[in-house]
Parts: sequence; C-alpha cells; structure tokens
Amino acid sequence: MDHSNMRGALPPVVSHAAGILPLFPLEIAGRHLLANALAARPSFASRLGEHAGRTFAIDPVDCPFVFLMTPGQEQPSVRLVRRKLASGYDARIAAPLLVLIGMIDGTYDGDALFFSRDLVIEGDTGAVLALRNAIENAELDPSTVLGLPRNLRGPFNRATRMALDKLRHALHAPEESGPRREDRLS
Amino acid sequence: MNGTRPSPLELVCPAGTPAGLRTAVDAGAHSVYCGFRDETNARNFPGLNFDRAEMREGVAYAHDRRVKVLIALNTFMRASTTDLWKKGVDDAVAAGADALILADAALVAYARRNHPKQRLHLSVQAAAATPEAIAFYRDHFGVARVVLPRVLTVEEIARLTAQAAPCETEVFVFGGLCVMAEGRCMLSSYATGKSPNMTGVCSPPSHVDYREENEELVASVGGFTVERFARGEPAGYPTLCKGSFRARGTASHLFEDPVSLNAVELLPRLAEIGVTAFKIEGRQRGRAYVATVVQAFRRALDAIASGAKVDFNELRALTEGQRDTTGAYKKAWR
Repeated sequence: MDHSNMRGALPPVVSHAAGILPLFPLEIAGRHLLANALAARPSFASRLGEHAGRTFAIDPVDCPFVFLMTPGQEQPSVRLVRRKLASGYDARIAAPLLVLIGMIDGTYDGDALFFSRDLVIEGDTGAVLALRNAIENAELDPSTVLGLPRNLRGPFNRATRMALDKLRHALHAPEESGPRREDRLS
Repeated sequence: MNGTRPSPLELVCPAGTPAGLRTAVDAGAHSVYCGFRDETNARNFPGLNFDRAEMREGVAYAHDRRVKVLIALNTFMRASTTDLWKKGVDDAVAAGADALILADAALVAYARRNHPKQRLHLSVQAAAATPEAIAFYRDHFGVARVVLPRVLTVEEIARLTAQAAPCETEVFVFGGLCVMAEGRCMLSSYATGKSPNMTGVCSPPSHVDYREENEELVASVGGFTVERFARGEPAGYPTLCKGSFRARGTASHLFEDPVSLNAVELLPRLAEIGVTAFKIEGRQRGRAYVATVVQAFRRALDAIASGAKVDFNELRALTEGQRDTTGAYKKAWR
C-alpha cells in the first residue's frame, strides 16, 4: 500500500534523498538513542512485560528504511533495514516520521491517530499496545533520548518542539494536542 | 436533593499510567481514577495501569495538589481467586485512595467490613440503574456515589439523582460509549473467552487483528471480522458492539455506531439536576488525549460555576470514528 500521501509525510525529494544515506551509521545512532531512553526510564522494559522480547518494525513510511527494534529485558537491539528487506518482526507500527516522533514525545494520542488513519498497525496487537503504553509513560523528550545534560534540556526541548511544530504544520500533519511538559521537566 | 448542591462539580479524569495521572492532575482534574496492573480493574490492557509503588507515588502526587484519587477494582471476583481482589482493596486503602470504585457486591461487602471508614463508589460495571438497586448499595454498604450507566436519559438521571440522595451520582460525559448493560455484556466473552467483567478486557488485544486487504483495513476479534474501513475512512475500536454486520440482507452497525460520547452541551442541565461528578472515559488513551479533554472540560465546568456560557468544539478529532454523540442522554436513538 502506498503511504506517501499520508498527512505529515516528508516531501518525495527528501524521501528519495534519504535513500542514499548509509544505513550502518543510522543504525548505530538508533541504538544509541534507544540505550539513552532505556537508561533514563528503567521501568520501560518492565511495563512491556511479556512483550519486551517482541521485535517491532517501526516504519517511517516516508523514509526508505525500517527500524527493527527489540527492547528486551537485558539486551535491547535496533537494526535498520531497507523496507523491502524488513521481515521477521512481530508487529509493525507505520506512520510518517514526524508523526512517529510525535507519538514518542506525547504530541499525539495514538488512538486518535489510528481513528483518523494517520497510523497503521499490523501484527501482534497486544505488543503494539504494550509498547504504546510504555512510551506514553516514559514521557520521552528529545534531550533525554539524545542524552543531553540536565541544564541543557529545557531550552533544547523547547527549541526542538517549536521546530517540529512548524515542520508538522508545513507538511499538513495531524493537529497536535499533547501536553507541553518540557517546561516542567526542565 | 434537587435545588441544593451539597458539593462542587467534580471532574473525574482517567489515568492509565503514572504519567497519565500527572498529566490529568496538571490539566485540571478534580479527581483521577486508575487501577492496579491486574485483572481487578476493567482496563487490564498490556502496558497499562499501576503497580503498588506507582500507585502510592501517584496518590502522593495528586494529594500534594489537592486532587483526589479514586482506585477502580471494578471487575467481578472468581470463586477460586478472590484473594486477588481483596488484596487489591487492602492495598488501595493503604495507598491512600480517596475512594474505591467497586462493582462486585461481595467485594463491596468486604471493603465495608474491613475498612469501615473508606469511601466507596459503585462502578458503572455494577449496572445500578434503578432507585432500588442504588438504595441497596447505599443503605447496606454506605456507598457514597454511584456511577450511572450510559443508557439513561437526562430525565431518568434527574429522577435517579433525586432518589439516590444522599448517595451522589456520577455520569460519563466524554469518551468511549458503551450501550450495553455494563458488567453483564457477554459479547467479548463469546468471541474471545475474555470480558471486561471477569478479566478486565473488552476485545482483548491478544485476540484483535488488523490487516490490509484490497485497500481496506480489516479488523477482527477472535477470528470474527467486525469491520472493514475503506481507505481514508475514520476507524473505530475493534469491539463487537460497534462492528458492522449483515442482517436481512443489509450491512449496518447493528448495535452501535463507532462514535464517542460528547455530552459537553448537556453539562449545564446535568449540573442543574444535581449530578455531582462528570467522568471522562479513556484510561487506555494517551497523554495528548488526557491533556486536551481534561483542560476543555475543566474550562466548561468552571464556566458553569461562574455562570458563563459553555462554548467549545475542540474535541472531535479525539473521538472514535471522529464522530460524537450525546448517546442516550437525549434519547435520540432509543
């Protein structure tokens, strides 16, 4: 199914340009971000419960690659593969990249995205739900995922949020409705 | 009770996670309802709910901001495992719950006997929709509030509220709309062997499947196809009661359309007839939903309290099927 016309999708020229990026450095970066998030939110894996060992395909439909993530209890793993090579996962969560980021940082409500068809899920629905709820409870923000020092978090989160809001607006992404928590967390 | 208001209007808000609780509190909830991470509450979904330590911390966070926490243990005990529910009651009391939301009459009796000073609310799962049923719980167990089923008209709520006094009434004003006799619906059990009544899950995700077929999103529960959504068509929850079925040659939503309740326009009337508390459904929803809905309804209740006009229409994007309804309250579809 063609998802390139989903709301908030990157322009085709950007999507095509992303196709020439080497995957390995992106995969290393992805591992680093996941490790930062799990280190900052140690209860994340326990909230996933029996689903912690599942492999999730996090699919930014406007990019030519898919993240295969296994949060795990001990050994979290992230692999980045070309979309046509993505296989062996238990569940798939697909949306434009900016929408996926908005689910992680609390900008969007996952159910509302599903109702409006801005989000596609397939596979193990229980695992998807567990991941969604664990992410919701983690209250992840850009500075935490990047592992920035505490004194930089407030300004960085505000700037990032502003930039993402403008980008989503420019790309006609779904309307944001999430709590603005970065001020209180800083 | 009509004409005199014993307590201010109370906005009762959902919290599926500790982060959700903090969001609801910060957004303006008067009370937050939540449950333990097990079969004792009717939102027993993966990754949701509170362990004991999280519950204690959540209660402390809310109480520091003068917000009440209502802990739901609103499923029905099984003969072989009553200890799970009794322990839940004991732990909820120990955590500092301002009220317990219970459905099982035996659990209500246990809570009253073992925690005589604990405030008790009757869950919508108890399906108490008559003056006699409410009086039974009020007079025998000192139940202080009953959450009314979502199948009553406003005028029925008015009569029940008057007859229930001094027991307070609480009604749903936004979110998922269940039109079944709650606590007695067997649709999910029929399809999956699990139900909100016994295991705390309606359409358990372990039995839900989504797949794309010929540009359609196909949703099934327990192997039963319940809905096909055309490309771009708003989707709903995969519940049997909101599924589309063919009967007498015509496919339709036989039981209920996939829409959400939005009774904001009825708030002034519900307040006028003496309803004490206004409940937002959605412990399974994200922080974005909680923040938006709680802020909007808090503004509405504050406007009512100050005599200002209630006027907003910002909640539709969050509703199931992206459509909303006043449900049975206006008796439009009964």
